[in-house]
Formats: sequence, structure tokens, C-alpha cells
Amino acid sequence: MKLKKGIPVIDQGDKLGFWGGKFGGNFVPETLKKPIEDLEIQFNKLKNDKNFIRERDKYFKNWIGTPTRFIKLNNLTKHVGGAQIWSKVVSDANGGAHKIYNATVHCLLAKRSGKKVIIGDTGAGYAGKMLSMAAKKFGLKCKIFMGAKDIKRQQPNVKAMKKNGADVIPVYSGSQTLVDAVSECMRFWVANCDTTAMCVGSTVGPAIFVRICGWSTSQISRELKVQLINQFGKVPKKIKLYNCVGGGSSSFGFWNEFMDYDKKQVEFIGVEAGGPAKSKRHAAPLTYGSKIGILHGAAQYVNQDSDGQIEETESISAGLDYPGISPLHCFLKDTKRARYTAASDEEALKAYQIVTKYENLRPSLEPSHAFSVAIKEAKKFSKNTIVIINSCGDAYKDRGILEKKLGKKYVKSN
Amino acid sequence: MLNPISLAFKKAKNEKRPALLTYTVAGDSSKKQSLEILKAISNYADILEVGVPHNTPVADGGQIQTSSYRAIKNGIKMNDIFKIVKDFKTSKNSKPIILMGYYNMIFQYGENNFLKKCKKSGVNGLIVVDLPWPENKIFSKKCKKNSINFIQLLSPTTSNERLKSITKDSHDMIYYISMLSTTGGKLKVSPNKILANYNKIKKINPNKNCVIGFGITEKTISKFKNTDGLVVGSQICKEITRSLNNRQNPVINVSKMVSKLRKKIS
Repeated sequence: MKLKKGIPVIDQGDKLGFWGGKFGGNFVPETLKKPIEDLEIQFNKLKNDKNFIRERDKYFKNWIGTPTRFIKLNNLTKHVGGAQIWSKVVSDANGGAHKIYNATVHCLLAKRSGKKVIIGDTGAGYAGKMLSMAAKKFGLKCKIFMGAKDIKRQQPNVKAMKKNGADVIPVYSGSQTLVDAVSECMRFWVANCDTTAMCVGSTVGPAIFVRICGWSTSQISRELKVQLINQFGKVPKKIKLYNCVGGGSSSFGFWNEFMDYDKKQVEFIGVEAGGPAKSKRHAAPLTYGSKIGILHGAAQYVNQDSDGQIEETESISAGLDYPGISPLHCFLKDTKRARYTAASDEEALKAYQIVTKYENLRPSLEPSHAFSVAIKEAKKFSKNTIVIINSCGDAYKDRGILEKKLGKKYVKSN
Repeated sequence: MLNPISLAFKKAKNEKRPALLTYTVAGDSSKKQSLEILKAISNYADILEVGVPHNTPVADGGQIQTSSYRAIKNGIKMNDIFKIVKDFKTSKNSKPIILMGYYNMIFQYGENNFLKKCKKSGVNGLIVVDLPWPENKIFSKKCKKNSINFIQLLSPTTSNERLKSITKDSHDMIYYISMLSTTGGKLKVSPNKILANYNKIKKINPNKNCVIGFGITEKTISKFKNTDGLVVGSQICKEITRSLNNRQNPVINVSKMVSKLRKKIS
């Protein structure tokens, strides 16, 4: 299995949508073949269409607010002692997380194809919140499917979705988290694909959704590359890009522009959710060697039993609480372009405490996983190593959990 | 010699009625009971679809999900399902069996192992909901080599070009999904429109046995008398749930329901 240079990774799949011959694909009911093919034709045309890109960039700039900041964390760097620690503050984006890029692109596509309704899944509530924002902006009706357990633990985002006029549909099946929300959303699409557009909230699902999402979030690394050159005069010699990985949309977007660099120069480190330290359950299929299986239309490494039933996950972070992982990350793992590891719930919470103690930055529980590993590893690196963490979400949505786990003082200034 | 599935269609045709296909989930509500249900309904049904429950189904509505989760909760495993089929096949009134499920269960078992086990236990056909054409080309060929019918699915969104290619690659039976819906949806398209699509498929190749599924219930079944076959699934699963909730015997209730369905198309 090999990564090709000079071709965007999202376009490196084969005819049937498989990366590396075995990840991804389209394991979908016959009914969805046509709407998926329509979306493929539309996207393949528009992604090279100058007018469309101009339109996208206009909304990215004026509405989402690009570029998001690239800042040095001086105090944290001093505290850790080792590499320079920087952060790409993607949570600056309108709505507070990277999910806005994919949501905006899907709404633009839905508008162009004449669809009036857009549906989406959500775990942490960010994908749902952003889709509801974008749907409102572009005059589309919006339905968000969300696990009942997640609705309870991510109330601020649920409120935001409702405020934006979206229907939030609780999903009670299975573990009542993201995996069930995605299933329910796909089922709704099966029954309504003639009138409704679907937005999959991450780089997961049938191949076309993986590609659209990866294409959208790549805005992050496009900006970062420019910011690096502005800051250092060139892309520095030793960079390490840390990102949390649930479905894998923010990490893929954070890395994409640097794909062709040697990994000795630009290394990618994906941090999965290891779950509670004492629990055997986790949401880290790459770290813990899960087998390849089919989930939500795509072949990927996924937590499952020997029969092929998908296993329940456990993580403090709703956004990472997913048993599978993007086919793109399976591909990056097996081609050895990226390295994957996990942080436990406790480690993520500790990292959150450290970051908020030293910096004026409040990463949500998802990027706190990435901070945890970055802080640990940065100690061992030299001063000219540039460690960058994608702070892809804001902790406002986690205030309930943070208050419960760490006490009031950690949420007061939110 | 005709294979058992084609034979079942032929028999129904001789009686001038569509074949009746039922769908129940293996292991619902227990291994033993699902076998008893199969035995009881095979007095009236011509072909029995046996659902392989999966916990992340992307095409099943509420009724079948409920049955599937119940079966999984009660500990059903792939090998139990083969055992149920095998036991059923040795019973006196056995009918052709089609396993219906999602590809991951086959993928984890290994395609070749899975087919070997199908053959050994007496499975006659397979419906794999999330393995569409052309992705299913290789697997469907393997099925054919093992004398197992791979049943292709067609839907209202299938283009004419696809209809032709898929029909060409199909074996003895094709499954037409009546409408855009998960299983168990209310019939939201007029029977005439469904029949028009059905006839379009039959025109491509009149020799393929084409069944209609999704939205077929006691209420709607008699409107489709002039077809090769009809599938009832969600209504049966619902009846199992209802019986359990009312502390009645699902075997008796489901058997009564299938007998009624059969009368409506005879």
C-alpha cells in the first residue's frame, strides 16, 4: 500500500471508492446508489469549478472567519520545557469548531442540487450545531439525529441547534451515541433521498462523504501552511502536528496540505480516545489494533466482536466516541504516513487543566486528548522542533462534564 | 433439476398465485422460539427469509430493529443461526431458506467459510442489504459456484441501465424494493406505480422470479396478486413484539397471521 505524491489523498481511491484497495467503498443499500452517484458527479465537477471555489472561499472568509489564529503557547512551552508549542486555534471559526467547513460545503451542494431539506448526524453536537447554522444561513430545513445519551451530555450544543430552527431527533437505539445517530440518519436518507440531502458529520460513511468532508476541512492546513511561511519564512525543518481523531475530519484537514512532505519534516500524530483508564472499552480502533470491518457504508478498522457486531465505545468526549475511524486514516496508518496513539479520559482532563492554567485557551475535551500526548512528547524534543496542536473545539459545550469532574473553577470564565 | 427456490416459485405459479415469502429474525425472541416460528409458518409460506441480526443496520425500520436487538441481546451468534437453519431443514415441512443480513457478518466469517457453512446447513439463498451491484460481482459468482442464490436488489431509484446490468447478473430471483423507505414503512406509493416498475423489470427478463418487498402487509398484499412473489417482514416482527408484550405465544400468533396472508393471495 502506497501513498501517491501530487494527488490529493481524497482522490487516491480506486473506481469503487477504496483507498489502498481495502478501505472505504460504498456498502450501501441499492436505494442509495443513485443519490450517491448524483452527489459524486456534482462534487467531482464543482471541486474544480473556479466559481464554486470562489463562492466557498467567500463564505469561508466572511462568514466562518478564516483564517483562524496560529499562536505560540509561550507559557506552556516554558512549563513543559522542550519543543516550541504552538496551536492552530480552529475553534475561532464561527460556531466554535471545524465542523463548520463541511457543513457549509454540504449546504452549498444541497442548494445547487435544489434540495430543500438537509439532514445530519452529530455526536458532540458540533456537527449538528454547525449544520443547523449553515442550513439557516442558506435557507434549508434541517434535521439533526443525535444519540439520547449525547443529548444529555452536550446540552449547550443541543440548545444552539434548536435556536437555529433545527429539529433535533433523539436516537434511542443501541448505545444511544454517535454510532446510532449515524445509522438513524442514513436510514432516514434511505427513505427520503429524493427530496433530502444528507451531510455526514465526519470523514466517514460512503466514499463520497469521506471525500467531501476531507476536502472541506483541508481549509485548516491551507491556512496553516501560509501562517507557517509568514512566521518562519518557510515550512520549518521539524514540525509535529497533533490532532485528536474520532471520525477523523479535523485531523485530516489539519494534515492534508503537508501530505507530500517527508514525515521526518512534518510528522502527523493522531490521538484517539482511550476511554476511562479503568475500562476496557475505548474509541481507539487504530491504537488498539481493531480488525477491518464494515461500518456505515465503509470498510475501516472498527471495534467489533468476532461475529461482526459493532462494539460499544466509551469516552468522556462525545466527539471521539465512535467505534470506527475514517478510511483515510486507515490508509494513512497502513502507509505509515501518520502515527496513532491514544489518551485516556483522565489524561485528557489533566491536559485541559494544564492548558487552561498556563494559557488563555480552552480546548474542548476532544483536542484535550491531543494536548495530553503533545505535552508528554514535547518534553523530549529540542527547542527547534515545532509542536502544533489543533485546538479544533471550544470547551463551552463541555462545561457540564468539566464542572462535575473538576469543579466549578474550571468553567467559570466560559 | 430446478433449485429449491425456483421450484417454490414454480409451485406457486401452478397454483396461480404469488409465492409468499416471510421474514423473521433468527434468534427472536430466542433461538428455540425462532426455530419454532419457522416450522410453524412454513405450513403457509413458500420461502423463508431468515434475518441475520446486526446492531448497526442502515436499512431497517423500527420493527425489524426491535426484533434484531432482542435477538442480539439474547445472545444469538452466527453459528447459532446456521444451527437453526440446519435444524429447520431436517424438519418435515421444510421450505427454502434465504439468509438476509449485512455484509460485515459475512466478511468477518470469511466469504468462503460462510458459503461452506451455508451449504452444510442448507441455506438456499442470500440477500446482502449493503452489498450492491457491482460491488457484489465477485461474491455473487462465488455463491453461484456453491449453488446458492445471490439475490440482487432493485429499487425505485435504480436507473434503467442499472436495472439491465443487475438483472443480467442476477440468479433465479430478484427483489424489488417497492418504495423509498426503510423496512416496515407505510406503503407511500400507489400499488399501480409499484406494479408498473415491477412489469418493467419483468420485461427485461421474464424468466427471473421477481418479488416485491417493503410495505407489504395484510392490508396491502391482495393488491399485488399478479406477481411472482411477495415478502412480508416487519408486520411479522411487529406481531412477535406484540405477542411478547401481551404475554401471548408468538408462535401461534405469527402462524395465524401468515396463514391469513396466504389466504389473501390464494
